[in-house]
Amino acid sequence: MAEKILSRRGHRAVYAGDLAVVDVDQVMVVDSIAQSFIERMERDLAAVPKYPERVSIVIDHVAPASTVSVAQAQKEARAYAAATGVRLFDVGRGICHQVLMEERLAQPGWIVLGSDSHSTTYGAVAAFGTGMGATDIALAAASGKTWLRVPESVKVTFSGDLQPGVTAKDAALEMIRVLGADGATYQSIEIHAGDRFTRGERMTLANLCVEAGAKAGLVVPGGEILTGYGYDVPDWVYPDPGADYRQEVEIDLTTLRPRMSAPSEVDNVHDVSALRGLKVDQVFIGTCTNGRIEDLHAAAEVLRGRRVDPSTRLLVIPASSQVMEQALEDGTLLTLQRAGAALGTPGCGPCMGRHQGVLAPGEVCVSTSNRNFIGRMGDKDARVYLASPAVAAATAVMGRIALPGDVEAWVGA
Amino acid sequence: MPRIWKFGDGVNTDDILPGKFAPFMAGEAVFQTFAFHYIRPEFAAQMRPGDVLIGGRNWGLGSSREYAPQALKKLQIGGIIAPSFARIHYRNLLNLGIPAFEADLTGVLEDGDEVTLDVDTGVLTRGADTFQLPPPPEFLREALREGSILAFFKRYGRFPGEPVDPGEPMDGEAR
Ligand code: SF4
Repeated sequence: MAEKILSRRGHRAVYAGDLAVVDVDQVMVVDSIAQSFIERMERDLAAVPKYPERVSIVIDHVAPASTVSVAQAQKEARAYAAATGVRLFDVGRGICHQVLMEERLAQPGWIVLGSDSHSTTYGAVAAFGTGMGATDIALAAASGKTWLRVPESVKVTFSGDLQPGVTAKDAALEMIRVLGADGATYQSIEIHAGDRFTRGERMTLANLCVEAGAKAGLVVPGGEILTGYGYDVPDWVYPDPGADYRQEVEIDLTTLRPRMSAPSEVDNVHDVSALRGLKVDQVFIGTCTNGRIEDLHAAAEVLRGRRVDPSTRLLVIPASSQVMEQALEDGTLLTLQRAGAALGTPGCGPCMGRHQGVLAPGEVCVSTSNRNFIGRMGDKDARVYLASPAVAAATAVMGRIALPGDVEAWVGA
Repeated sequence: MPRIWKFGDGVNTDDILPGKFAPFMAGEAVFQTFAFHYIRPEFAAQMRPGDVLIGGRNWGLGSSREYAPQALKKLQIGGIIAPSFARIHYRNLLNLGIPAFEADLTGVLEDGDEVTLDVDTGVLTRGADTFQLPPPPEFLREALREGSILAFFKRYGRFPGEPVDPGEPMDGEAR
């Protein structure tokens, strides 16, 4: 699939290992690198965006601004957008990847470059999404193109059906465990899941591909992608039947149990039951991995009529204003609020340790995000465990790492 | 004649240029003289333009900071040969025009060996021995003739290897 998209966008046939110059359909710049991006454009390249409509700036990583210098940088980003005509999504609109998907700025067969490593998320709709640094992003904005080395592909096939209480996040963590943190370096992960998984679940899978080192994570279109959003899925985007893969793995969903990634590597994946009982100071539900409406629903289902244990705290940050609106309308936020959750402005929150809800030394957090590196969410002596929203919600109720089933048992007792 | 400087596996961007000697700390004019300051303190003083670096696996891992490859560029490194490169660093090298070849020569070349490296063909010669490295694609050769991908872009407003007239989009046809 990667070869096909890069061939199409490069207007000539290319194969793994080739360098290709390809058209870029969308360039995404997040707030934290907006200043370097503008500097590269104006000072180093003396260029303006060639196709302003193909460039989006999203203010999400530290939103609203937490310091005067951050506020100043965001002010400059707004002025730049106004002057050049590029799109700007301001404070509260949500996390870059979620917003681009909602705005249909990632489509099947497209190439989307983001200044954020989790730009693999666009693979959920079979867009070749990949992360790059400020210079590359500026070159792409100035020219409408980029150069890429065509990656080899790793094929991951999901078979069977998820059991109740097991989610796409668990499937994604299992995939990272099997591949390892550098198991797909330089490569593109191609996920075969038939009609399984909603668009949101596919985003969770594609999002985590970068944690196996992948350049892109492409999910073969199926299910909701074909029926639910009116995407135009071109025939050529599907992998050829005889395609070559560097590696093939198969994951049986039927036997999969809830998974958790323990500090401080994402591929340090265990059965939740093996970590059950560990005391937790903070639970965080949100991020581009698991801050969507289905994630809030899963959490609300566990938390309905229950309270967050007084020994812990629960922070919930919807991934976007659309998610927030929907969760307001259908009562999900009220359920979460009544259970004792603290609700935050749509955005990244404490995910990368710079905003809203960072951790003190020694604290333990169960988070629905995608990275648990040392110091990622605050102090270097804080520990982060990654899990699904259902497991996170159960953990909040119990004050300890728990499975959704533990909550039932506890209430019944 | 250019010489070989040999390094091990996993040389990171902090090894290449310690953060402490970043241009804004050490000064734009001299920061390159601190390249490999901790792991090969004699390097910057003794290296000569065109010298070739041999590395082990995952050369350039670590941060995306661009001043590490910039230091090598200022020293006019002739090329880097390693079995694998960290992705972002590899992009930075090519953007700046430092030839990077993926090959494992750690077992055959030694520190101080005198060599010539033909960047265009990927042929490395040491005395009577020649080694064929994976030759750079046309895209890269074109860029290197201009100095770097960045230099090429600044001069022509497009990437190397790109047809001036891109032709019809391929959407709708089978590849
Ligand atoms: S939510 Fe976290 S992982 Fe996602 S874009 Fe924001 S900081 Fe990055």
